[in-house]
Amino acid sequence: MKKFSWRGLAIIIFICVTAFYLAPLAIPNLPEWWAKNKLKLGLDLKGGMQILLEVDTSALSVSDARGAVDQNIKIIRERIDQFGVAEPSIQKLGENRIMVQLPGVSDYQAAENLIKQTAMLEFKVVAMPEEAKRVLDTIDANINANLSLFPSLAELDQKDKEVMRDSLGAEITPAGQGVFSSLIRPGEMDYEVQWDNIDLIQDLLADSLFQQAVPAGWQIALDRATAESAREDRALHVLSSAVELSGGDLSKAKVEYGSSTSTDPRIANKPYISIEMKREGARKFEQVTADNVGKRLAIVLDGVVYSAPNIQERIAGGRAQITGRFTSQEANELAIVLNTGNLIAPISPVSTSIIGATLGADSIRSGSMAGLIGLLIVVIFMVIYYKLAGLIADFALVFNVGFILAMLTAFGATLTLPGIAGIILTIGMAVDANVLVFERIREELDAGKTPRSAHDAGYNRATVTVWDANVTTLVAAVVLYQFGTGPIRGFAVTLAIGIIGSMFCALVFVRSIFDTFIITGTKKTLSI
Amino acid sequence: MRLMKNTHIDFVGIRKVAYVISALLILISLGSLIIRGLNWSIDFTSGVAAKVDLKAEDASVNPIKIDELRVALKNNGFPEAEIQHVGVVDDAKFMIKIKSAESKAEVSGDTKTAFIEIIKGNFPKHVEGRDINREVIEEIYEVGPKVGGELRTNALLAVFISLILMIVYIWFRFELTFGLMAIVALAHDVLIIIGVFAFTGKEITVQIIAALLTIVGYSINDTIVIFDRIREDLKIRRKEPIEQVFNFSINETLSRTVITSVTTLITALALYFFGGSVLHDFALAISLGVIIGTYSSIFLASNLVVDITRATHKEKQAMQHLTKRK
Repeated sequence: MKKFSWRGLAIIIFICVTAFYLAPLAIPNLPEWWAKNKLKLGLDLKGGMQILLEVDTSALSVSDARGAVDQNIKIIRERIDQFGVAEPSIQKLGENRIMVQLPGVSDYQAAENLIKQTAMLEFKVVAMPEEAKRVLDTIDANINANLSLFPSLAELDQKDKEVMRDSLGAEITPAGQGVFSSLIRPGEMDYEVQWDNIDLIQDLLADSLFQQAVPAGWQIALDRATAESAREDRALHVLSSAVELSGGDLSKAKVEYGSSTSTDPRIANKPYISIEMKREGARKFEQVTADNVGKRLAIVLDGVVYSAPNIQERIAGGRAQITGRFTSQEANELAIVLNTGNLIAPISPVSTSIIGATLGADSIRSGSMAGLIGLLIVVIFMVIYYKLAGLIADFALVFNVGFILAMLTAFGATLTLPGIAGIILTIGMAVDANVLVFERIREELDAGKTPRSAHDAGYNRATVTVWDANVTTLVAAVVLYQFGTGPIRGFAVTLAIGIIGSMFCALVFVRSIFDTFIITGTKKTLSI
Repeated sequence: MRLMKNTHIDFVGIRKVAYVISALLILISLGSLIIRGLNWSIDFTSGVAAKVDLKAEDASVNPIKIDELRVALKNNGFPEAEIQHVGVVDDAKFMIKIKSAESKAEVSGDTKTAFIEIIKGNFPKHVEGRDINREVIEEIYEVGPKVGGELRTNALLAVFISLILMIVYIWFRFELTFGLMAIVALAHDVLIIIGVFAFTGKEITVQIIAALLTIVGYSINDTIVIFDRIREDLKIRRKEPIEQVFNFSINETLSRTVITSVTTLITALALYFFGGSVLHDFALAISLGVIIGTYSSIFLASNLVVDITRATHKEKQAMQHLTKRK
């Protein structure tokens, strides 16, 4: 009966843990609690999209800003859940960044819009024609006084003046006298912007200097653009800036379809969104409609007017519709963002990557191929060079690859393409510890020692070297993990696990096999 | 089987030759770096990279030529776009890169959208009948200007910090001269590989940075195995001149050094030939790194320790200096 050995126990635990985590990869019908511990594939192997978002908290106070990022993550998660993505990953990165990974998503444009839409819903009263005229006149006067602050308008103004000089009496009918109103013209109900001026107007609306030129209490907003209307003229509204109702007053939004017999062309046969308000919201809505009969109420989302229906009478019950030439997909997405609430602080994508599913499958195939070929050559080489000892090292090598995969599963890490490369490289480097030991044993044998004492001396001396050599590589892996992102981190993790695994395999696993099976009795030779 | 049994190569004796070769390689690398600079990928410069499959569903439609694509992008505000074929020409697969540093138009969140519109608008026949987001655009990658710069700083920081930590570890385990010379050898390896990338104009991607750090880890590993032996032999062979001890140690470990390099090189080459296009340059950097790392471990690191010690200490003190206990 042999003595109880800690090393033997360590090996048994090692094998059991590895087997436990590898089983879900190989055996299909495991119980749920076991099968869920399955190695996750990274986006670069599975295909899908990844967006790195930055939360702009500059407008918030320090304490609000901290909460805002977490709140945004919660909202984004809800939106994605409602959008229906399997296994999304949403993580906070650093202070104000959010990493969203959506495996298998192919319509990334829709997904991106869904995520980044602030969804600030506001109801605002539209200015009466004479009020609007007055607002525009004030804007013109303010801009004229500071024309140098608006280079795009100054340039335009210069051109207009030249045209006027060239053909005096030319038929120009601007809405007002100023350069801003020369960009717009009165339409049926609102002002209109010719489509080639829309970009200019959009830039102006986003410009804080322009916002200062707008008289207090008022706001300028454009109509919503749709895919078909991108090259059409667009309505421009002058709104009272007071927010009558906001997204917080909403209790539910859902998509409905207008009947084909509806007299309203905006909803006939088209999807629209019906919203229900909370009790408080409904009361406010009733008040607003009562106070503004005859005026129009604009439904503004993220600063863009979706619709501006006439208020014909006081509306009780807190129900309203948002119409606006939606496709049914757009209507669905809008309902989702309205239901999940608006983002506390605006977010913008800083980097996006989309990987096709076929590309990922190709990567797995060629990666495994390279791995198998590399493994095979190394295995054959080791057997030829070190004979029996090489064969034992080969077992340890295969075991080490299994160990890496098992540990990646255990830590919940994902396998990425650089990760696969890391595993393949480990195959080459993992034999190193064994090579060191074997070479040392050979030297000791050459010096005339018996197999047993050559083996002991070889291991004792080589162990120090193995430690020194691997700790430094481990340093590189740790630094790589600390400073890398995404796939590179995966690479660092595989490299580190590979180093630890290969040290264990060489110094414990292979040594035990030697101790137990090879170095027994008084054998005169050693197959090495 | 045994290769290199009981070698007696005079590595220390021929060190001057190695120094000249290394100096030349470093000069060429520095020259390429200065003249050609590094081709940072969009991971670092920010911009858009996309892989598109423009093979038309309808077989009668002529395949797109690379020039047509270039003209279409040029006319729509991206004159600096880099376009390459992926695979065979008939497959009409392209890799397109628009870097913001070179492009007149600032790359913003809309570049991706604009790019897709250009493809849709200019090549309707080739896109027809296929899902643009799924089948035509196989892969698209966009990096905003903020992240790009950060990534570059982080990458340089990672290399720098890992070097410092290694010096500290080796200093702790050996002696400062060993630590410093190991790092000189490492810097030599990294510089030459970066030089190869500068010379060939290959892109420095995030993966290449990872490869560089792997090389750093690998090369230091090789160097330390030799140092370890030198430390051991210095204690045993106290009476011999240090040149002789160093040479003896290098020869003793030669077989191990070469075998480990061979197995690692085998796997790196397997990656190069079978690992697919994405890992191609990564595998190339690793393969080169293994070769150069092995060379510098054998010919540079310990020889530099010899020269530095000789320059700073007299015969007797030299031995004492290198073996002093920490």
